[in-house]
Amino acid sequence: MANTKANRIKSRDNILDYILLAVFLLLIVITVYPFVNVLAISFNDPIDTMRNINFIFPRQFTLSNYIYVFKENNLGNAFLLSVLRSVIGAGAGVICTAMLAYVLSRKDFYFNKLFTTLFVITMYVSGGLIPEYLLLMRDLKLGNNFLVYIIPGLIWVYNMILVRSFIEGLPLALQEAARVDGANDFIIWARIVLPLCQPVLATVALFYAVGQWNSFMDTYLYAKELPTLQYVLYEIMEKAQVKIDPHAAEQMKNAVSPLSIRMAVTIVATVPIIIVYPFLQKYFVGGMTVGAVKD
Amino acid sequence: MSAGKAQKEKAIKQKFSMQLMYKQRYLLLMSLPFVIWLIIFKYIPLWGWTMAFQEVKPKNLSKHIWERPFAGLENFTKAFSDRMFNQTLINTIGLSILGIAVGTAMAILFALMLNEIRFVKFKKVTQTISYLPHFVSWVVIASIAKMVLNDGGMLDTLSGTKLGLMSTNSPLFWLTVVLVNTWKEVGWDAIVYLSAMAGIDQGLYEAAKVDGANRLQRIWHITLPGIKPTIVVLLIMGIGGALNVGMERQMLLSNGIVQDHAMVLSWFAYVRGIGNSNYGLGTAIGMFQSLVGIILLFLANKVAGWLGESRLI
Repeated sequence: MANTKANRIKSRDNILDYILLAVFLLLIVITVYPFVNVLAISFNDPIDTMRNINFIFPRQFTLSNYIYVFKENNLGNAFLLSVLRSVIGAGAGVICTAMLAYVLSRKDFYFNKLFTTLFVITMYVSGGLIPEYLLLMRDLKLGNNFLVYIIPGLIWVYNMILVRSFIEGLPLALQEAARVDGANDFIIWARIVLPLCQPVLATVALFYAVGQWNSFMDTYLYAKELPTLQYVLYEIMEKAQVKIDPHAAEQMKNAVSPLSIRMAVTIVATVPIIIVYPFLQKYFVGGMTVGAVKD
Repeated sequence: MSAGKAQKEKAIKQKFSMQLMYKQRYLLLMSLPFVIWLIIFKYIPLWGWTMAFQEVKPKNLSKHIWERPFAGLENFTKAFSDRMFNQTLINTIGLSILGIAVGTAMAILFALMLNEIRFVKFKKVTQTISYLPHFVSWVVIASIAKMVLNDGGMLDTLSGTKLGLMSTNSPLFWLTVVLVNTWKEVGWDAIVYLSAMAGIDQGLYEAAKVDGANRLQRIWHITLPGIKPTIVVLLIMGIGGALNVGMERQMLLSNGIVQDHAMVLSWFAYVRGIGNSNYGLGTAIGMFQSLVGIILLFLANKVAGWLGESRLI
């Protein structure tokens, strides 16, 4: 009797497995389909797209959308700016974060407590948009200056704590041995600590690079003359709003369809993320658990 | 005493001396530039809160802080009597509550499902795909969302009706925003709950199995109580951040038609402060938002304490 009951529960549990399988398949479709659809539209003939926008393979393959956006929207420039800020921002961010993290991992450093506290406080309070805006635009005159992309967000305290926890987990004997050999603190950091930190620095570099690549508000607020990919995409979206006005829609029909252009730019802005995604995927879960170690 | 040994002892009292400073000169050189950076970019803006109590407009912006006319609470009363303020506050709160409710429920549900499924490979693939939108920028997400949700967009074509998700000037737009947000973040948000579930004692499940509990009963009586502390902590933090609905997402997803129901406090502060160049007023709105946030955080924390739940602070 008990046996049949157990069997019944078991078979019901197995049914649940297949229900879950079906639900997950549906979720995957919901997540992936819009991306695939965007990709298909971007490679499809714009006139043909207007017929029906639901498809996963280009019906009439064309590169005209991409050629158009690179010619007309100066996308090459924007792409270069996005790459530059991602590379420089990540490079500078990683070096500075690693240096600061090493110093703050040194419990014998006289100002350790004070400096750590100063940094951690800024995770919880901020001056808000307007004081920051006035500081950057009026006092420091960083408007439309490339540095506005790099300097204000140079170090994320969260990343610094991540690296510091990692350094604290390294064996101290190596540092000691170097010290006995007469190395100063800078040499120890550069020659001993930095090479050992490679895995966590890769994580942090990816965080910085993705953050820089996706950043949009700083261009919008401070540097409209240095448009990045995200900003160009935003501008195209704003222009498309005019479509709601019926007269404008008539005029636009003759030009390349705004939707097709937008989808092409959307793809250009997304592809780099998808390329680094496997690396992100590999590192960030480890990174998250390191971050869970509180001080 | 070698530095290595010192590092092991947690709190060491050291006396300030020039000798010590000289000994640690490299450490100082390696950290001071960043402290100066921190003070300039994070602490000086904090001083900007004072603008909330002054009349700060372009004409007196160049004056020193103590030369600007003192406005008392005028900026605050001006903000509260603004014709857009009430609707903005309602939008912010409505969006937050809806976002917390739907977002939390979906993340927990997704984590539960991932935790239950036995096809390991499939589970990994699903999880990997579910994080992807988290790493994509809001501009891209908005561009895709508009393609899908606009009138005559993908969803309209698929369903054969006019859903009007992006063109109805009503609280329906909150739901649109929340749904897009959930689509983007649910996989990422589920990570926390999944790791909480991994920490539950497996012996409990074995014991329940012996007692004849089926899977749903095990979820209800073991998994959910097991992650309750995590849920409470995240809810408290969510309520604390209830007014901090970012302007980026709102700006990108909205359009002229739904503007009235898309406006939130942070965006409002920008519109009044920078758009209309009334810096004092904008700062006051931002300050109101922060202060209410702190109060909400403490209240939620208190309530969690009364209910016998673990507290955050």
